[in-house]
Amino acid sequence: MMVPTLKRIAPQLSTLVALIILITFIFPSFLNLSMVDGRLVGPLVDVAKRSAPVALLAIGMTLVIATKGIDLSVGAIIAICGASAAWAVSAGYGLGPALVIALSAGIACGLWNGVLVSMVGIQPFVATLILMTAGRGIAQLITEGRILTFTDPSFGWIGSGTLFGLPVPVWLWLATGVLMALLLRRTALGMLIEAVGINRRASALSGVNARVLLIAVYAASGFCAALAGLVVTADIRGADANNAGLWLELDAILAVVIGGNSLLGGRFSIAASVIGALIIQTINAGILLGGFPPEYNLVIKAALVVVILVLQSPNLVTHFAFLRGALPTRRPSEQVQQTGKPKP
Amino acid sequence: MTYKTLLATTALVALSAGGAHAQVIGFSQIGSESGWRAAETTLTRMQAEERGYDLRFSDAQQRQENQIAAIRSFIAQDVDAILLAPVVATGWDAVLQEAAEAEIPVILLDRMVDSSDDLYLTAVGSDLVHEGYVAGEWLVDTVAGEDCRVVELQGTTGSSPAIDRKNGFEQAIADHANVEIVRSQTGDFTRSGGKSVMEGFLQAEGGGADICAVYAHNDDMAVGAIQAIKEAGLNPGTDILVVSIDAVPDIFLAMAAGEANATVELTPNMAGPAFDALEAYWADGTMPPKFIQTESALYTQDDDPQGEYDRRKDLGY
Repeated sequence: MMVPTLKRIAPQLSTLVALIILITFIFPSFLNLSMVDGRLVGPLVDVAKRSAPVALLAIGMTLVIATKGIDLSVGAIIAICGASAAWAVSAGYGLGPALVIALSAGIACGLWNGVLVSMVGIQPFVATLILMTAGRGIAQLITEGRILTFTDPSFGWIGSGTLFGLPVPVWLWLATGVLMALLLRRTALGMLIEAVGINRRASALSGVNARVLLIAVYAASGFCAALAGLVVTADIRGADANNAGLWLELDAILAVVIGGNSLLGGRFSIAASVIGALIIQTINAGILLGGFPPEYNLVIKAALVVVILVLQSPNLVTHFAFLRGALPTRRPSEQVQQTGKPKP
Repeated sequence: MTYKTLLATTALVALSAGGAHAQVIGFSQIGSESGWRAAETTLTRMQAEERGYDLRFSDAQQRQENQIAAIRSFIAQDVDAILLAPVVATGWDAVLQEAAEAEIPVILLDRMVDSSDDLYLTAVGSDLVHEGYVAGEWLVDTVAGEDCRVVELQGTTGSSPAIDRKNGFEQAIADHANVEIVRSQTGDFTRSGGKSVMEGFLQAEGGGADICAVYAHNDDMAVGAIQAIKEAGLNPGTDILVVSIDAVPDIFLAMAAGEANATVELTPNMAGPAFDALEAYWADGTMPPKFIQTESALYTQDDDPQGEYDRRKDLGY
């Protein structure tokens, strides 16, 4: 179990390590870690904490993309769930009910997407675009167009509290990722999702309930987005319907792609997607700590992403081998056949 | 035609008789995309009510064609004046010409248009560069010659408030070598942007020990920065000075708690100066200047922040 996983996430892990080394050259104290008042502080901890929203989204997005779908609405779901949690807390319902309301709102949004995709048969891109557009409006209706602030310290703890020395958001994405991976890989669920993604009709014919599975996958994505919404809202102790989670759906898709998952569905790795999210946040932190003018932010980010994706591309490996005059007899992407040693 | 002339004449007679009937004013607002804009709408309504005007309000929901339609409808209703907060700068010539032919004065609020300035009576707005200047001036006076390393939270890269507020601040500190901007990044005008960028600044500047002040291009980013400073174990307002622009209610709460030091007001009361200009124009035909600059008032912890908060919290911010 462990060895194949490690082999699968090796390119992402080495990219992350390479980025951290690169940033340490620019900003030497990047690796500094210290304990202050029983909590770990340092730039790396900040990266892990700030990755939380995108990492959580990427977990759900990985499943959706594995079914050959896409979920553009997660940014808007963040806004809706953040707004409903902030509303519930400031209306005096207490933390527990607020969390239940926010998570149910997220699952409900996901169910809506799932029904549109699997029952009505709208293409995922269009189906989730509906909620992406309408979702911020719904969130604004809840917050009445203003930034809804609250003072409840227990809700704020989700965004900036500490548990066993690490920030709570880090525990959240770690726990969600591990539980989701266990649920999918210790049961047949993960394989069924892959089957639906590769060929929905064939999997349905062989007895997979593709319809229910699709709805469940979108609901899971909505749930993850709700968790991300709680983190984002608790972090600033306010629900900002206009800006919470804005464009994060694109970062989440990017994280999944950097994680080496195909947008055409099929095999997926949650661990790789989460590392993809860490890679994106490491780039952001590097730009910030490097002290570049903000005009360069997007250019630097784009350049690094292009380099990472090109280096990971299976085609590049083929071309590189071709240039060296050693044309391989197999395509490197077909991992199943890579058991025998290549002849010299 | 005769009917219209008759109406116009009647209106003129009524006017010269000293405004015996309530003045009718059409207001074409962009929309309610931000709290500030909602507050502008609320204050315009309040000002109109105070002065006994009949305000006809039209929300354009960010679309120019809605605004043009609203202005045409105001012209058809033969209102006494039109207030326009234009959503874009171009494409107003035709409809402004129609208003001019109907002899209805048009006043621009908050934003400018590219049309010839004969087509409107005046424009009321704030000077973004001046706002940055006021903030910079406050910091220069406050540190009083001591060295001060400033970190700057910029607005959305390339937006005119971000460019102008940066320029104004830099002008104010230009002749004071002791005040220096050491880091500058965009926080996209949002709380979470302000908070996460400030966390990075604190890491980069010796845990915050090397930062003397933070200058945020709007209050929301300042509120986010204040949280980041607190979570780093420092005291915002004393360990690190916080100065920002906009004067939204929440920054006054932070000031009342001693966590923010100063804010420069971008007043949502654009209608007040506009109505003053209109009244002078109606009374004896006084032509106002083509641009009326609103005051960029500075508020500090000494200016009753709790009272300012109470005054603003119901304006719709």
